[in-house]
Amino acid sequence: MPKKKSDSSVTIAAPPEPGSARLTEQSAAPSRTALLREMLLIRRFEERCAEAYALGKIGGFCHLYIGQEAVGVGAISALRDDDYVIASYRDHGQALARGVPPRAIMAELFGRSDGCSKGKGGSMHVFDRNVNFLGGHGIVGGHIPLATGVGFAIKYRGGDQVCLCFFGEAAVNGGAFHEALNMAALWKLPVIYLIENNRYGMGTALERASAINDIAERACSYDMPNEVVDGQEVFAVREAVMRAAQRARNDHTPTLIEVRTYRFMGHSMSDAVSGTYRTKEELEEHMKRDPITLLRGEMERHGEWSDQDMSALDEEIKGIVEDAWNYADASPEPALESLTEDVYVNSEL
Amino acid sequence: MPVITYRDALNQALREEMQRDDRVFIMGEEVGVYQGAYKVSKGMLQEFGEMRVVDTPITELGFAGVGVGAAMVGLRPIIEFMTWNFALLALDQVVNSAAKMLYMSGGQFSIPIVFRGPNGAALQLSAQHSQAWESWLAHIPGLKVVAPGTPYDAKGLLKSAVRDENPVIVLEGEMLYNTKGDVPAEEYLIPIGKAALKREGDHCSIITHGKMILVALQAADQLAKEGIRVEVLDLLSLRPMDVEAIVATVRKTNRAVVLEEGWEVAGIGAQVVDYIQRECFDDLDAPVVRVHQTDVPMPYAKNLERAAKPDVPKTIAAVKRVMYLEQ
Repeated sequence: MPKKKSDSSVTIAAPPEPGSARLTEQSAAPSRTALLREMLLIRRFEERCAEAYALGKIGGFCHLYIGQEAVGVGAISALRDDDYVIASYRDHGQALARGVPPRAIMAELFGRSDGCSKGKGGSMHVFDRNVNFLGGHGIVGGHIPLATGVGFAIKYRGGDQVCLCFFGEAAVNGGAFHEALNMAALWKLPVIYLIENNRYGMGTALERASAINDIAERACSYDMPNEVVDGQEVFAVREAVMRAAQRARNDHTPTLIEVRTYRFMGHSMSDAVSGTYRTKEELEEHMKRDPITLLRGEMERHGEWSDQDMSALDEEIKGIVEDAWNYADASPEPALESLTEDVYVNSEL
Repeated sequence: MPVITYRDALNQALREEMQRDDRVFIMGEEVGVYQGAYKVSKGMLQEFGEMRVVDTPITELGFAGVGVGAAMVGLRPIIEFMTWNFALLALDQVVNSAAKMLYMSGGQFSIPIVFRGPNGAALQLSAQHSQAWESWLAHIPGLKVVAPGTPYDAKGLLKSAVRDENPVIVLEGEMLYNTKGDVPAEEYLIPIGKAALKREGDHCSIITHGKMILVALQAADQLAKEGIRVEVLDLLSLRPMDVEAIVATVRKTNRAVVLEEGWEVAGIGAQVVDYIQRECFDDLDAPVVRVHQTDVPMPYAKNLERAAKPDVPKTIAAVKRVMYLEQ
């Protein structure tokens, strides 16, 4: 279970005015089914990634998103198409939620020429300019200042977009986080910093790495609005990000959101799911709050959903992922000539 | 032709490029209200306003990353480091973000950014403030690195750097800011990747860059009095490096001294010597000699600092050694 938040110093902003134009524009309210569908796509996609990794089709480091689907899906559902998203190396889920085609991601993971990054980035470096997905970045916390820079560019041009930046709770102990948040608050930049607190930075528990456990409070150092959210509830995440996005658009105010979640897999594919740094019992306790099961349960309570609906959706999603796999498998390896391409842009002065 | 300082040449380049393109902005410590730690950005806050001349907190890692993020979505940042010694804190952003973004995104995200500031030793600033970083930076594919030693080169190369679609490192020199030289009133650019022959000669080549060009030219002047005609090649760009120009001068003189401000091990000079041995093995009349900082952290005491730095007497001795005039 997510830790209870006890401290009243954490600011929770008022929900936006129901009638505001911006809200209407953003919310174009996705149905529960739509969000369930996206979460299920990530789940099934990641399951096939694990399989592909075992078969040697995916190499290197591969960090799966299983258990955290509600975070990426809920948060990104609150954005507009012209907003920006930037993520850490655990980036497949956010990329799928943002609309990067499953084929292009799977081909990237397979190291093929049709990958979204032409097979040169791999699992940790999914990029797609078409949907303003600014990557997958591999150095813990290193991309947080980039998000501040995107916010700076939005303000520089007088735009009203926002930049949503995902990172894990372990990144808040590094200098990049503090430098980036300080400048965003100082300059009033439209950035949403979203901590995916999955309790472990690789194998080190939050309590063993951070002097405070309510890490949203770190925003208080920068007088930044902040909020703690249950990351297994997709609509809770969505609503928190909508509030933050409205603050960013209307007041150019950044927000820090701590989303409490849990990863059901190991840190990466080379990490045991449990045993060393966390117990099987702990894992099983958290798995009772599977975000997909929770949403499905809610839908059933509302009479919106049946087992038949679920199996039909699941078949469809499995088909999409199977198609992505086949596409990736058939895609050629990058041409050897591409080895030396894209190191530089040819610059004509 | 107007004679202006290296500092003013850089200032002209910055202002001209910001007048030309409103996506260009400058960011760094003390660039605005203070008018630049070394006054390179003097008058710019007044001319362009605080959105385009941005004072930052002392947070090199952070504002280098802000620049890269802004470049990802279409701006053209100029990031000033008060010195490259402080930029060490920002290397993750320079190397892991700026240099690699284009490649690891499969060509989708170019980073048109300039990182600039003084490099190398000034006077008695001791170990942490007296370091030449060019070999570290030039090591990285995805970066371009230029090191102008004169006002003319500083202006032309900085303007090219701002217009380049790639991350460009501009290595200036604290001891250079007050030096003066001819700078044309009309606009010009110096292409990145081309060396410049700064003095012709046929006895020996000195191959160098940045601040050391001044040392090389003084050494050549003194050697001329002894009848030794030295050719001086200013690399100007360290990545890409003008190998053709290196080969041409060595084939002409058959002898080379490679002079740099930094340390010996894995220095820029080692790369230059590698090009020479590969391309000019049969042209050499003597082994190439390198001149560089002594392999110690920079000391504070005047006499020790002088002993550690590459200088005119050491360069002259090196030339005489490759000419077998002196043991």
